[in-house]
Amino acid sequence: MMRRALPPLLTGIGFLALWEGAVAGFDLKPYFLAPPSAILSQFTTNFALVRGAATVSGANALVGLVAGTVLGVAMSFVLSRFRFLSQLITPLAIALNAIPIFVLVAVLNNMYSITSEIPRRVMVTLVVYFIVLVNVARGLLQVQPTHLELMRSFAASDVTILRKVRVPNAVPFLVTALKIAAPSAVITAFVSEYFGGSQNGLGSRITSNIANSKNAAAWAYVLAACLLGLLFYAVSIILEGVTRRGGATHERATARGGNT
Amino acid sequence: MSVTSNATGDVAVNAAVVADRVDKTFATGKAARVDALMDVSLTVRAGEFVSLIGPSGCGKSTLLRIIANLLEPTSGTVSVNGKPAARARLDQDYGMAFQQAGLFDWRTVRKNVELPLELKGWDSARRRARAEEMLALVQLPEFADHHPWQLSGGMQQRIAIARALAAHPRLLLMDEPFGALDEMTREYMQGELLRICAQTGTTVVFVTHSIPEAVYLSQRVVVMSPRPGRITRVVEVPIAGPRSEDTRNSEEFFRSITAVREGLRGHGAAGAGADDR
Repeated sequence: MMRRALPPLLTGIGFLALWEGAVAGFDLKPYFLAPPSAILSQFTTNFALVRGAATVSGANALVGLVAGTVLGVAMSFVLSRFRFLSQLITPLAIALNAIPIFVLVAVLNNMYSITSEIPRRVMVTLVVYFIVLVNVARGLLQVQPTHLELMRSFAASDVTILRKVRVPNAVPFLVTALKIAAPSAVITAFVSEYFGGSQNGLGSRITSNIANSKNAAAWAYVLAACLLGLLFYAVSIILEGVTRRGGATHERATARGGNT
Repeated sequence: MSVTSNATGDVAVNAAVVADRVDKTFATGKAARVDALMDVSLTVRAGEFVSLIGPSGCGKSTLLRIIANLLEPTSGTVSVNGKPAARARLDQDYGMAFQQAGLFDWRTVRKNVELPLELKGWDSARRRARAEEMLALVQLPEFADHHPWQLSGGMQQRIAIARALAAHPRLLLMDEPFGALDEMTREYMQGELLRICAQTGTTVVFVTHSIPEAVYLSQRVVVMSPRPGRITRVVEVPIAGPRSEDTRNSEEFFRSITAVREGLRGHGAAGAGADDR
């Protein structure tokens, strides 16, 4: 574990050292590039502010992630039941995924009061919704033909096949969707803040600090954004581990099999 | 005609499967109509082992699926254990095994075997006891708590057979179950299958591409030919008593293989017990 973690850790430290050295050595001005040490000191001295902004953006991302997942899973069940709908909705989902749909937040801002967090949350929900919908619907539909024939040979009803075959088959697809959706939710929450509304989240703090030439402070918020994104990704990875209990059994069992 | 008349003579008494003038046409497009089966009649006696053999497209898998009521015949009737095929499926009167073992990766081996019993609404204690019994039958009791992907292809296929037989059906339908296995494992599995069937008294309808496999396993080999799919010959395998590895070297074994091969090539009746139709 340590041996695997060490090389990337050293690379990261080396990169920061290089950065710090370059700023000092080439005498780069703070408004051009702030050194890591200054960013870190901004991060710690303004920690309450940074944490407040991270909470706002993080809450938007989390609410959107949960709402989008719930809606996406629900819709994927509807799609798997009525196949013709899938032919109507899938191209739309792909089209919406291909364009940067967070520009929609400008329209949403118009619909709600300027201080509302709803447009941003709706935006995150939309992004997550389509990622979850497309993946989970695939998991529900892409079932081995042998499994379907087998279940029918056991006189299983469609509902039983859904419960015992389609849903378990879709679980890994949901986990994959969440691994993509979790970082996307954070990114969407930040970017949504660039289109007006309250200046209380990480995204808007980054722009306002840059506007005031407080470069190091802006970087402190970027650092917080990175950490928030990592936190969401880490949670999705843990979730993957939990749903892959079979994998854990696998390792134990093969170790046991080696002895016999 | 002696073989078929023998077979149909005691239909009323104990036939596991009766297919009567079954046609199956797949309408795939405007012009393309495929006659998958034409005028197929077949009777399988209870306790008998019958193989369906023929080139790709001869309709052998289609016939098996019609017996299983996974497909409806275009015309003709099929009865299983004296009931219409649809009723027999709903009553779980048969078990089925496919070329892919088709085990569920998210279930343990034990839970895979318990699946048909779960669908029948058995309580967990009874399911567990039966699963133990079935795993003992296929000689893999120590793998109950493993997951399917931890087992070899041959082991997976044995679990699939245990699952197919878990509800103690009297009929086992098998669609090239050993087709994906290597030759050594395949011969071992053939021996295992015969042992299991002898132990349980199960009737088997077995689809295969392999002539030696069909002859080794079966009392009768049904030879089919394509376009339209039909039965061209039924070869009775005159090997008395239980089969062993020695059977593979016996005179009757080779003679039956020749008869099936000639049937597949469309030669006139020459082999032992061959019956051209």
